[in-house]
Amino acid sequence: MMSLIISLGVILILAILYMIFRVSNLITIAKGPRDQRGGTANKVNAALFIVFMVASLGGFFWYSIAYFDEYNLPVASDHGKWTDTLFWITMAVSVIAFVIISIVMFVFIYRYQYREGQRAKYYPDNHYLELAWTIIPAIVLAVLIFTGLRAWNDITSPAAKDAEVVELIGQQFAWTARYPGVKDGALGKNNYKLIDDVNEFGLDLTDKNAFDDFKSLELHLPVNKEILLKIRAKDVLHSVFLPHFRVKMDAVPGMPTQFKFTVTKTTQQMRDELGNPNFNYELACAEICGRGHFSMKMSVVVEEEEAYEKWKASQEAWLKQNPDYLKKVPDALKEAAMIKAGMQKDPGSSVAEAND
Amino acid sequence: MATTDIHIHSDVHHHDDHDHEHEHHEGNFWTNYVFSQDHKVIAKQFLITGIFWALLGGTLSVIFRLQLGFPDMNLDWLKPVLGEWITPEGKLDPEFYLALVTMHGTIMVFFVLTAGLSGTFANFLIPLQIGARDMASGFLNMLSYWFFFLSSVIMFTSLFLSTGPASGGWTIYPPLSALPQAIKGSGLGMTLWLVAMALFIVSSLLGGINYITTIINLRTKGMSFTKMPLTIWALFFTAIIGVLSFPVLFAAALLLIFDRSFGTSFYLSDIYIGGEALAHDGGSPILFQHLFWFLGHPEVYIVLLPALGLSSEIIATNSRKPIFGYKAMIGSMLFIAILSFIVWAHHMFVTGMNPFLGSIFMLLTLIIAVPSAVKIFNYVTTLWKGNIRFTSGMLFSIGMVSFFLTGGITGIFLGNSAIDIQLHDTYFVVAHFHLVMGSASFFGMLAGIYHWFPKMFGRMMNETLGSIHFWLTFVGVYMVFFPMHYIGIAGFPRRYYSWTNFDTFSGFTDLNMLVSTAAILTLAAQFIFLFNFFYSMFRGRLAPANPWQSNTLEWTTPRNPGHGNWVGEIPSVYRWPYDYSKPGSKEDYIPQHIPFSETPESNLPSENDLIKLETSNGEGKIIVEGGKH
Ligand code: HEM
Ligand SMILES: [Cu+2]
Ligand SMILES: [Cu+2]
Repeated sequence: MMSLIISLGVILILAILYMIFRVSNLITIAKGPRDQRGGTANKVNAALFIVFMVASLGGFFWYSIAYFDEYNLPVASDHGKWTDTLFWITMAVSVIAFVIISIVMFVFIYRYQYREGQRAKYYPDNHYLELAWTIIPAIVLAVLIFTGLRAWNDITSPAAKDAEVVELIGQQFAWTARYPGVKDGALGKNNYKLIDDVNEFGLDLTDKNAFDDFKSLELHLPVNKEILLKIRAKDVLHSVFLPHFRVKMDAVPGMPTQFKFTVTKTTQQMRDELGNPNFNYELACAEICGRGHFSMKMSVVVEEEEAYEKWKASQEAWLKQNPDYLKKVPDALKEAAMIKAGMQKDPGSSVAEAND
Repeated sequence: MATTDIHIHSDVHHHDDHDHEHEHHEGNFWTNYVFSQDHKVIAKQFLITGIFWALLGGTLSVIFRLQLGFPDMNLDWLKPVLGEWITPEGKLDPEFYLALVTMHGTIMVFFVLTAGLSGTFANFLIPLQIGARDMASGFLNMLSYWFFFLSSVIMFTSLFLSTGPASGGWTIYPPLSALPQAIKGSGLGMTLWLVAMALFIVSSLLGGINYITTIINLRTKGMSFTKMPLTIWALFFTAIIGVLSFPVLFAAALLLIFDRSFGTSFYLSDIYIGGEALAHDGGSPILFQHLFWFLGHPEVYIVLLPALGLSSEIIATNSRKPIFGYKAMIGSMLFIAILSFIVWAHHMFVTGMNPFLGSIFMLLTLIIAVPSAVKIFNYVTTLWKGNIRFTSGMLFSIGMVSFFLTGGITGIFLGNSAIDIQLHDTYFVVAHFHLVMGSASFFGMLAGIYHWFPKMFGRMMNETLGSIHFWLTFVGVYMVFFPMHYIGIAGFPRRYYSWTNFDTFSGFTDLNMLVSTAAILTLAAQFIFLFNFFYSMFRGRLAPANPWQSNTLEWTTPRNPGHGNWVGEIPSVYRWPYDYSKPGSKEDYIPQHIPFSETPESNLPSENDLIKLETSNGEGKIIVEGGKH
């Protein structure tokens, strides 16, 4: 039934178009081409441009204002507030320019439509005008460039020494996070040649910093503390995209990248603010990476620092989960490895306990 | 100038002797319509091939828009065409979705808006507007088309592979494009893509060198550079940009071929895929991106400049006014052409490239906005106090200015590296480049077809259908691309098969539906154009010699110019092409070949001084021409 209606509609439209075509052909033949210039068609087209201008600018402002909350993504990072401000300043400048130029253009189009006996003005150039509209955009853009540069330099400057380091690894089609572990707070070395089915990080177990590193499939972050994401990829390009934090950085095989930022709102705060108890921060992949590109999601949990530290302390080291890999640890370091990975009590601490 | 000129002249004059009697010239079907060396025939070949590609590229986009707009729709009815690519549940295969996106982009950017646009109008207009009998080398010109044809055949074939065509995006970033284990399309599909593009580059170089040589050497008497129509200037810059940048893409593709097939590691390093660590070591995927965008950014101007040139001409003619700021227009195009080579890394702000480079490229990128703004202002001023006729060509030119404005302005956001962090690879970028590059160039191309159709086929297109086509397409394009700005600001990433996995991107189903519906209707409206085009080719009203009362030289040729374009002598040029509505003149236009001595009523004082030169010029010319015969 539906397809019948659609095909009838299509046939009707085609028939109408064909009629218009025949009639217009006859008119051109009857009148001759010269009369066409100032004819009704010209007037209709001119008027339609005004209709278009009013309708499109009206629609643009109506939607932009009425649906602001739908397309404006809440921001939850320090630099994100800054770049959002830049975004909206640029928006203001360009909307003003856009509206003025559009109106002037469409009004000219309507006002100066062909009229019998009217003659266009011979006006080949005017150096003052041209100078003006070279210099004015140049100044406006210079200001925008300057503010943008400051933000960019700040965002890309080195992270603080005590920033919270987390490693993110992209692979087809999942994200994994590696945390430095609470004992040494440093990420162990890794090498892609050491990757196998279990050792997905390519963890180099001759490095003692690797022993307490742990893996997480959820990205936990502390609020109000600088975070340094170390990013790498195992197979093809991916891109870490944290939309609410205004963070984006490619994951490149063979070239580790990084991004530093500070989150300003915990997941809970955001839930309260939005009145949406199911809200969650998400990490998406923003660089085409194959079949499952659209599904490369990682959940993100932002907590108060205390809760975050507690979560970290509760995580098992990777080595503890995969004790087979102890045999890759050099003999001299085995003991330290067991202790750091939490597979054996730290003798130092048991002495302390005994002293109690 | 002299030597080449004489060759062509003697060559073609010989030809002309036959032409005088019967309007069409010697040769059989094959030499006249297939392996023709006549620039006008080659232009039409590019045009028809381009139209074919445009339809295909448009259809591909409608298929993937169905997926995005109506994710729950059952697509079983596409099975007869797409076969295995429709899953048993009646859905589009996610990998084929990427293949569609990739082929859509490749087809539109290269096959339609580069070959279809430049190929058509550079071939058609350069000899006709500068007053030459043909291109500098008709043979290379023919080769240029046939390389393009071969490239088209290969690219088209790749659509039917069982592993699918290339699927890594039109930017074919490695390692994805280098590793068949990463995506099926990187197997044979990618190989064919690379071969097709290599042939395409050969075609575009042959064409470009020819255009440049022709413009420099074969201008008719009096056609100095400062008297050239803006179309020719635009096509000239386009050709130069192409000749300088396409070889870099060729190099990039070649290295990729080595990495794919011969075990080198230009772009590959530290890769673990499919359960094994690859031996490739020390390469950099970023290197490829630098090489690609070194072509890629100039490419957007290769696509755009011809459209700007065509519409400058059409807007001046139909406003009955000189284009405002002729020199400024040339200056801005020159400036854009130069700057286009040093802004490429604005596509790479978040690749992990050195942030200092990011600062430099941001600076340069925002500078390029200045000449673009100048061009817009000059268009608008050209309309001021005009006497505007809304021919179909004019309507589409106005549409092109409107898109150039709407799409260009969002470049200011993207060029700002701090803002681009969020917007990069979202639908905001898709909205931006579809308006400024896609739609603007497309409208320039359509404007050109409507405007020069009478010269191409000797008949007029139907103007009413032209208007209907314009309004449906103009509104349609805005309905398709404008909403994408909102979707992009909301963070929706591009090249996504579906967004339902993410809470963050779960909204806007209504807007996506609107976009897809508008895309289908806009594509449907193109059939009005197709009907008009092919019907008018055979049955349209016969065209007068100069239907738009235009000043440029092509309108001094016979209704259906033969090979050699002018019967008898090529007209000389005495004035710039924009003497519209000159005070004092009888008509509101004075074609370029009318000497100042014939228009004392409208000459400016400085032009009266030129009259003396005209006669001495004229005498000189007769001697030269006599020598040649
Ligand atoms: C005037 C003609 C222009 C054309 C034809 C054009 C074309 C394009 C294209 C095709 C892309 C998409 C690349 C991709 O696949 O990711 C793009 C992105 C971009 N354009 Fe333009 N553009 C133009 C003007 C501008 C202007 C005036 C600016 C800046 C003032 C600009 C800045 C950018 C930037 C920075 C990007 C990269 C955005 C990103 O990847 O996130 N463009 N442009
Ligand atoms: Cu991805
Ligand atoms: Cu670019």
